[in-house]
Amino acid sequence: MNKKMLSLPYLFWCAAFIIIPLCMVVYYGLTDKTGAFTLANIAAIATAEHSKALWFSLLLSLAGTIICLLLAYPLAMILSGMKVSQHSFIVLIFILPMWMNFLLRTMAWETLLEKNGIINTVLRFLHLPSLNIINTPSAIILGMVYNFLPFMVLPIYNALTKIDPNVVNAAKDLGAGSIQTFLRIIFPLSLPGVISGITMVFVPALTTFVISTLLGGSKILLIGNVIEQEFTQTGNWHLGSGLSIVLMIFILLNMVLSAIFDKEGEGATL
Amino acid sequence: MTACLFAGCGSSDKYPNGKVYVYNWGEYIDEETIKLFEKETGIEVIYDEFDTNETMYPKIEAGASNYDVVCPSDYMIQKMVDNDLLAELNWDNLPNARSNIGAEYYEQSLAFDPDNRYSVPYCWGTVGILYNTTMVDEPVTSWSILWDEKYKDNILMQDSVRDLFMVALKELGYSMNSTNEAELQEAKNLLITQKPLVQAYVIDQVRDKMIGDEAALGVIYSGEAIYTQRENPNLAYVIPEEGTNVWIDSWVIPKNAENKENAEKFIDFMCRGDIALMNFEFITYSTPNTAARDLIEDEDIRNSEIAFPDLSQYNNLETFSYLGEEADRLYNDLWKEIKSYTSY
Repeated sequence: MNKKMLSLPYLFWCAAFIIIPLCMVVYYGLTDKTGAFTLANIAAIATAEHSKALWFSLLLSLAGTIICLLLAYPLAMILSGMKVSQHSFIVLIFILPMWMNFLLRTMAWETLLEKNGIINTVLRFLHLPSLNIINTPSAIILGMVYNFLPFMVLPIYNALTKIDPNVVNAAKDLGAGSIQTFLRIIFPLSLPGVISGITMVFVPALTTFVISTLLGGSKILLIGNVIEQEFTQTGNWHLGSGLSIVLMIFILLNMVLSAIFDKEGEGATL
Repeated sequence: MTACLFAGCGSSDKYPNGKVYVYNWGEYIDEETIKLFEKETGIEVIYDEFDTNETMYPKIEAGASNYDVVCPSDYMIQKMVDNDLLAELNWDNLPNARSNIGAEYYEQSLAFDPDNRYSVPYCWGTVGILYNTTMVDEPVTSWSILWDEKYKDNILMQDSVRDLFMVALKELGYSMNSTNEAELQEAKNLLITQKPLVQAYVIDQVRDKMIGDEAALGVIYSGEAIYTQRENPNLAYVIPEEGTNVWIDSWVIPKNAENKENAEKFIDFMCRGDIALMNFEFITYSTPNTAARDLIEDEDIRNSEIAFPDLSQYNNLETFSYLGEEADRLYNDLWKEIKSYTSY
């Protein structure tokens, strides 16, 4: 009885802020302006503009996720090999920027990358060729990597620290080289962290619209931008919700894949 | 109970006469005037901002946020009138608005507010090209320069549907209120051919990017021109010969406003000559307030061609009108095609 009472606030929270809004999205997505049932809002993903936007989103978020993984794994390895006093400092350095608002950090990149921005001013001063990636897909990927990297580092780091050093020592005792140890012992054991990191980076990257507006100069239309525009500018909540449902399918797909790879369910917890 | 005491008492002491919820464009007021209003009237102002008419409208339509005063543009006021979202003003409560706002602006307002029942003009202006004289060699006279390959990656366009189409429709010689699908398709195709030359589609950032020498040419509201020139003397503003948009942003009161009388007090306060002058000097958008214009000390500004252009010498000036839901959808679909286009 007592336990049930304790869970009440969470149940209320779930209902008010997750389940009811989700039901509203589904309701809007499956109806038209008159309230009649329709699949047109979901089928609208097939139009040239929407499918292209979805394709671009998948492509850019995939690229962002892979780059995050390549950067985060070695870093997590280094961190997990350090003494407690050192690594908590480095983890702090990684988390520190997250204390600042996401929007501000992205706007900061806009001023950094501009033609006469800080990076190019420094490059010109050193007589180096200037960097012209603002308002291109590369800038959007950069924004994704910068903003979501900590979400990749932390789960991998957690998974790595959980590996019993005796397992690694045993592998070495039995004659495995360092590459073999990594490929057959460390990496498979850290997989739950990797999977959880991929989900935590891929999902927000897939749905972003702020990064593409600010760093892409509104020149690259992502599916997040389409949905945002339907809600805030066009005022067609039905179409916006329908496209959100399509996007949710991709997110669920990603989660199912994670669940298959992550049978032990370790990576899900940070 | 305690929370209520903490939240309530402080403000009711300071503001005995209730509240007014104001929804205005970003950076479109001298905040000092709000403080003066609060001090003089004892009414607390809760102030929010929007960046395009299109983002403002759904919020008012949904009625979830009870704003008492809003400042939309001409065509959006028409849409709000059509959809019965506005309250009629009580002109007896608006003596400053009646005496200080020039008659020609009320006349111009008739296009979107027949009988002048709903709106009080706040700012007006044109849309034109702001260019950097050190980066552009030839004289700028026409919208067509925005399609010149020479300025690839040096052009800033507006990230707002009607403003973007206005440029292309005028360049093609059509009305910017066109609902003819063939004309709009042509405008869309023209904008798509322009896209590889455009550095970015932005709204308020045109100002900062032009000041920072980021681009050579940008489509901008006339009110920003004086401010940008103050910050960067190399910038010049021109109204293209094919004509442009002459717009008015006016104060209106939504139908569901809970503090209508306070809203009228706020609007009338903003029409006071000295207050309108403060706002003009801060935001540099042309004021329809003749009392304020007479108070401007700097003669160059009082007679500035940018702030107070003589509209009779320009051709094909138009004001946006609301085109109906059907046309709205067409514009938005075509806009999406432009946004979706990539050359790679």
